[in-house]
Amino acid sequence: MSYIIDRRENAKKKSTVNRQRFLRRYKQHIKRAVEDAIHDRSITDVDQGGQVTIPKRDISEPVFHHGEGGLKRKIFPGNKEFMEGDEFRRPESGGGGGSGQGKASNQGEGEDEFTFTISQDEFLDFMFEDLELPWMVRKQLKDATTFETRRAGFTSSGSPEKLHIVRSLRAAHARRIALTDKETRHQIRALRKELWALEDMPPSPERNDKLNQLREQILALEKSSRKLPFLDDFDLRYTNLVRVPMPSSKAVMFCVMDVSGSMTQSIKDMAKRFFILLYLFLNRNYKQIEVVFVRHHTHAKEVDEQEFFYSRETGGTIVSSALALTADIIDARYPPQDWNIYIAQASDGDNWDGDSSTCSKLLTERILPKTQYYAYVEITTGPHQNLWHEYEQVQEAFNERFAMQQITDAGEIYPVFRRLFEKRTEGAHESS
Amino acid sequence: MSPRKKREPISTGSDWTFPLIEAYDREIGRVAADFGLDTYPNQIEVITSEQMMDAYSSVGMPLNYNHWSFGKQFVETEQNYSRGRMGLAYEIVINSNPCIAYLMEENTITMQALVIAHACYGHNSFFKGNYLFRTWTDASAIIDYLLFAKNYIRECEEKHGVEEVEKLLDSCHALMNYGVNRYKRPRPLTAAEERERQRSREEYIQRHLNDLWNTTVPRKEDNDDQRAQRFPKDPEENILYFIEKNAPLLESWQREVIRIVRKVAQYFYPQKQTQVMNEGWACFWHYTLLHQLYDEGLVTDGFMMEFLHSHSSVIYQPPFDSPYFSGINPYTLGYNMMQDIRRICEHPTDEDREWFPDIAGSNWLETLDHAMRNFKDESFILQYLSPRMMRELKLFSITDDSSRPTLKVDAIHNERGYRQLRESLSAQYNLGNREPNIQVYNVNVRGDRSLTLRHFMHNDQPLAADSCEEVLKHLHRLWGFDVHLESVRPDGEVTKRYDCPPKQAVEVA
Repeated sequence: MSYIIDRRENAKKKSTVNRQRFLRRYKQHIKRAVEDAIHDRSITDVDQGGQVTIPKRDISEPVFHHGEGGLKRKIFPGNKEFMEGDEFRRPESGGGGGSGQGKASNQGEGEDEFTFTISQDEFLDFMFEDLELPWMVRKQLKDATTFETRRAGFTSSGSPEKLHIVRSLRAAHARRIALTDKETRHQIRALRKELWALEDMPPSPERNDKLNQLREQILALEKSSRKLPFLDDFDLRYTNLVRVPMPSSKAVMFCVMDVSGSMTQSIKDMAKRFFILLYLFLNRNYKQIEVVFVRHHTHAKEVDEQEFFYSRETGGTIVSSALALTADIIDARYPPQDWNIYIAQASDGDNWDGDSSTCSKLLTERILPKTQYYAYVEITTGPHQNLWHEYEQVQEAFNERFAMQQITDAGEIYPVFRRLFEKRTEGAHESS
Repeated sequence: MSPRKKREPISTGSDWTFPLIEAYDREIGRVAADFGLDTYPNQIEVITSEQMMDAYSSVGMPLNYNHWSFGKQFVETEQNYSRGRMGLAYEIVINSNPCIAYLMEENTITMQALVIAHACYGHNSFFKGNYLFRTWTDASAIIDYLLFAKNYIRECEEKHGVEEVEKLLDSCHALMNYGVNRYKRPRPLTAAEERERQRSREEYIQRHLNDLWNTTVPRKEDNDDQRAQRFPKDPEENILYFIEKNAPLLESWQREVIRIVRKVAQYFYPQKQTQVMNEGWACFWHYTLLHQLYDEGLVTDGFMMEFLHSHSSVIYQPPFDSPYFSGINPYTLGYNMMQDIRRICEHPTDEDREWFPDIAGSNWLETLDHAMRNFKDESFILQYLSPRMMRELKLFSITDDSSRPTLKVDAIHNERGYRQLRESLSAQYNLGNREPNIQVYNVNVRGDRSLTLRHFMHNDQPLAADSCEEVLKHLHRLWGFDVHLESVRPDGEVTKRYDCPPKQAVEVA
């Protein structure tokens, strides 16, 4: 006798929990692999999944087993030329007559490393773990989109899809019990028991008579007890859901990039990488976030994502143009009482003489009072440029909200990015 | 053979459908019953390759508690499979009642029929008939028990935290091979009973423990006495059992988890001891059953070609010098021995009559049935490996004595070597020789409560030091006090000591 069952539609991913536990346990290894991967990748595939390699000895599960040495006797198949009593040198690496522990590898790398693949999602999780937009606060209860639906008990009216079957039947049961008379119920039950006992007995004329008699009695009793509907409108219960407005933590991120002539191709490339990281991070971790792209040379311009990352337009450098545009956009579209405002700026720090002071003035007067956090990265291999020195003063004034870092080569992008958006615990002021 | 009336084949294409699987199962089941195979009812489940990987990574069980090591297994399987480095097993079969067998969606109808014959009638009848399985496992209760174990461990995780439970399981897994009773028969496990007895056991153990440790006021005059009387009196081979019952600091939920790991280890213990026989039996029967169907005209020539192709790759034994060699293939050895027994029964030679006077010329069905029921790998080989088999497999024996610079061929497949080869091969399947013999030797009850294990050396083989130290750390975590391990020669000389926490391993010899 066989049963054949189609289980293909059953729960897949049974191993997900175990897999996650494995990943959690080897988090450090995976993080290192992710960091390495970010350095090596080109801009466009920085967000793909990746291979992670862990040394085999780190993940082995130890058990007692025999080591080298002692007397061992082992049987092999496929004898071709050996005769009894033949002796020969012990093969190196313990292949032929070895202990059998650990497979000998003739491919060089072979067994020493444990490699596996993590998905894009997991890759990004590890990449952006413990990062956040600092000083984010809940703004006004204004945006109507952020409602949360919560359960709130049961009601006696509602739409059919919210019908709660268990509750309804329980109510019906209670009503039926309440409205029937106890004596009759007990009587019926006793008669039924008698009836079942009789049904199990072998058939005979007396039994059949008795059966019919009992059935009639039961019927009569049932008739006499009041006819109650099994389910009444009155019994129906519906799950009650209410919508609770939630304070929103809306945020806008300004990405400001210098594309002037002084930015060489490699510097631009690094700036783009930085912004792509930022863009991935925002998209992944924050649902309600708007990103505004501003690029500038002598003029600043608000552009879309495509143009921001791939346009080749270039020119001289006036940084203040971008800051002024940013401030205008904030005034026009993002009132600070509704929005968390973040700005990330990347430049080689080379600015038109005399413009830098305008910049710091714009920052301190129009921008920083309204923003949560301003991150500036200077991408240069040489000494700091005039903008950096100007910004140092700004930083002193706005220690918490203003952060600046320097990047000299592509390998530093990710560490700097992490430093800028490290998770801070409330109250702990570690400014860089 | 009288010419049979040829019938229409069951199928001609390669795609499978549920009615076809049913038809094959019916026919194979009928033929199997004709041969007298006694089986549990079958539960055949069709699954996807992804589900197969899931099943793979929880040691083949349909459900199991959660642990990272199963995740590691899964990740490894997934990686190898997606790179095409490895095909998934065609089948997984579970020793339960009903006997659950998995068929993979991707396989052709031929493969499905092969798996049905192999797993649902071969392995199934072995599970039901072999004495080890009958003694040690209760097929009707295992699924329930695993469900109980999974829930219990999940509750522990909720109460005590995932990390805490994970550490405990790590330690238990390291000692899992030493969590089985080799000779005593345990009570068959049932989930309902477990739950019932759980509470009373908790109380009992705690009380019992206190009694043991209450008497730990150190007194000088007891010193001689203490040396004379060890605890336990006789060495205990089941280390996990000993820990569960006697470790002073464990909480009752921890003892319960140890018990679960122990029970699972015990459940798999017969499988480890009967791999050659079990696979050999299943291969023998899929071969025999499908040939019977072919003789009756129920399967086509194409079906047989595909079947034989996969059959012969399963039972291929690469020679020792091949790059694919990784030890003796249990499928080859088992299958050939089963066929050989049938041959000895049906067409015995003079040599067979001399070596196997009892079975030469006997009824092959009865002889095979007897062999399947009453042996394990070790004794099966010792009893039934024939000179002819040794010649066919060209077996030879190598002695590796670390005190000599060379390896020595001490027996080959000739008249002088047969008996020695057979004994050596049989010893190779003796679990006691494969795993170091380590037992609980003493607990310093009146002193520092340290636990001493003894490794009784076999042929002077030492322990692998690095893994040994790791395992001792786990043991230390369970025991809570110092742990020592001594490697002891048969003459009682201690050659090496390991300590945890380490005191620097000392070479005594």
